[in-house]
Amino acid sequence: MGTPALQAHHLLLHLGGRRVVDGVSLSLRSGEWAALVGPNGAGKSTLLQLLCGLRVPEAGQIDLAGRPLAAWPLRPRAQAMAWLAQQGEADGDIAVRDVVRLGRLPHQGLFGAPSAADEAAVSTAMADTECAAWAERRLSDLSGGERQRVLLARALAVQAGVLLLDEPTTHLDAPHQRAVLRCLAERARAGAAVAVVLHDITQALAADRVLVMDSGRLIADGAPHDPALQAALMAVFEGAFSIETVAVQGRTRWVAVPTF
Amino acid sequence: MKTVPLVLAPVAQTGARGLTSRGLAAVLAAAAAGLLLLGLAAGAEGWSFAWGDDAALISAIRAPRTLGALLCGALLGLAGALAQGMFRNPLADPYLLGSAAGAGLGVVLVLAAGGLLGASMGLAAAGALMRLGLVGAAFTGALLGMLLTLVLARGAGRPMVLLLAGVVVGVLLTALSDVVILLSPEALRGKQVFLLGSTSFLGWASVATLAGALVVVLPLSLLLARALDALVLGEDSATSLGLPLPRVRLVLVVLMALATGSAVAQAGLVAFVGLVAPHLVRRAVVVRHGPLLALSALAGGVLLLAADIAARSLWAPRELPVGVLTAVLGGGYLLWLLRRRMAQ
Repeated sequence: MGTPALQAHHLLLHLGGRRVVDGVSLSLRSGEWAALVGPNGAGKSTLLQLLCGLRVPEAGQIDLAGRPLAAWPLRPRAQAMAWLAQQGEADGDIAVRDVVRLGRLPHQGLFGAPSAADEAAVSTAMADTECAAWAERRLSDLSGGERQRVLLARALAVQAGVLLLDEPTTHLDAPHQRAVLRCLAERARAGAAVAVVLHDITQALAADRVLVMDSGRLIADGAPHDPALQAALMAVFEGAFSIETVAVQGRTRWVAVPTF
Repeated sequence: MKTVPLVLAPVAQTGARGLTSRGLAAVLAAAAAGLLLLGLAAGAEGWSFAWGDDAALISAIRAPRTLGALLCGALLGLAGALAQGMFRNPLADPYLLGSAAGAGLGVVLVLAAGGLLGASMGLAAAGALMRLGLVGAAFTGALLGMLLTLVLARGAGRPMVLLLAGVVVGVLLTALSDVVILLSPEALRGKQVFLLGSTSFLGWASVATLAGALVVVLPLSLLLARALDALVLGEDSATSLGLPLPRVRLVLVVLMALATGSAVAQAGLVAFVGLVAPHLVRRAVVVRHGPLLALSALAGGVLLLAADIAARSLWAPRELPVGVLTAVLGGGYLLWLLRRRMAQ
């Protein structure tokens, strides 16, 4: 399925004397959404930061659309690949719509004026995350979940071919978690390569593909129905859940059921 | 039901006080105009609007002082908004990066040297030369203080390191100033008078310098306003949007240094205007950094001019140093803000 949009070969990174990313190779394909899961401290967020060029690996190489990441100028790279940070950093008094508009910065540059396409992308992203109602409110006045939806809209507004999202469903209530996952699946169907760090294993098992990390290594990579992947998942999370098959609306789904 | 969006629309575009940024700009501009007129009228012997009779006094003293206070406040308000945006901290202040201590050291050095020179020169000549030297020394000192901070932090790449370097430079240069003062104690008094924050020395040359600085710094800051918007998301997210952040930050620091250095050189260390002006603007309206920078400059100008007029007239014919007044008012404002925060 699809062509490789982002490829990583043997990535290595130490932080504080620890191998945080240890020999990870992977390939993200256009038209596919992949969930990245693993215990706390497994290296998921750091891997995403490496993939989008925010950190430089000590060894290994990353290719974006077949071209080494380091050879990409900043702006074209930012147009091709969007990243959503884990929550916590963004704060300020600017209005929600202006926050989402920042997603168009890679297209406009610092000094460019917004085009009709830019505004359309902003409106679409705000509709997708259902945050259009508070377009004029201050970012700092929003609740955690509301803020998360605005920041996700900011990342979606880039309309990049590669989407790297670090825990986009954190702080969201169930309907909005579902909305986000649907939206990501739709973006993938429309041709984007989507990689999402998730903590909810049931959500991850709804992805096209699941990547499992532990102690900096990528220890499993497969479709949710793959028995080897499911076994790896249960092992990595110390048997904290079992994976069951259920039929939902005529489709087979996999559910992580806690084992307490 | 069709009227509902029409009713909501104007409300939705305004800030907490129902003000738009244009509305706030109009209010501030009107305040500035009114204060400019008051500034021409406020003298040591009370208010006088008979400008025909006082023409010489007004054009030689009150006009440049009034304009100078407005411009100085504008530079400080602008520098404060730049600092708060760049450090992503609403309590950041334009004096953070070693400029205050640098200006202090420059002034002390000139005063100490002048003490040696003054004996062999006529008093008036020494005074004029001293004034010129002090302005230059304060400006150079402020810039060198910020430059030293940048060198110690190895550029503006890491804001936390930059802040720490600013603290270190502040401590070091203040210690150096103290040593100089120990060697020539008469420099202490001069330093206090010069750096206390006073608008009473501002002449036409000061006005020209301050206006020049504002004409350079304001448009360049506005060009970089979107980078400050992006920094709202955090350093990494701003970088992921394709911003060359270390370079942008370097330009921002240089602009901040120019604005702060010019203001400190002409009026000493005027406290709190740079901190409070952007705060007031952000409370009144919800805006991006473009309008925020411009409005902070305007608000800073209005604040300092108002403080200057109050300093001239509250205790006439004596005069309060305007820096003391802004410190009291600014401190009071922050205290009020703190109490409100704690009450919430």
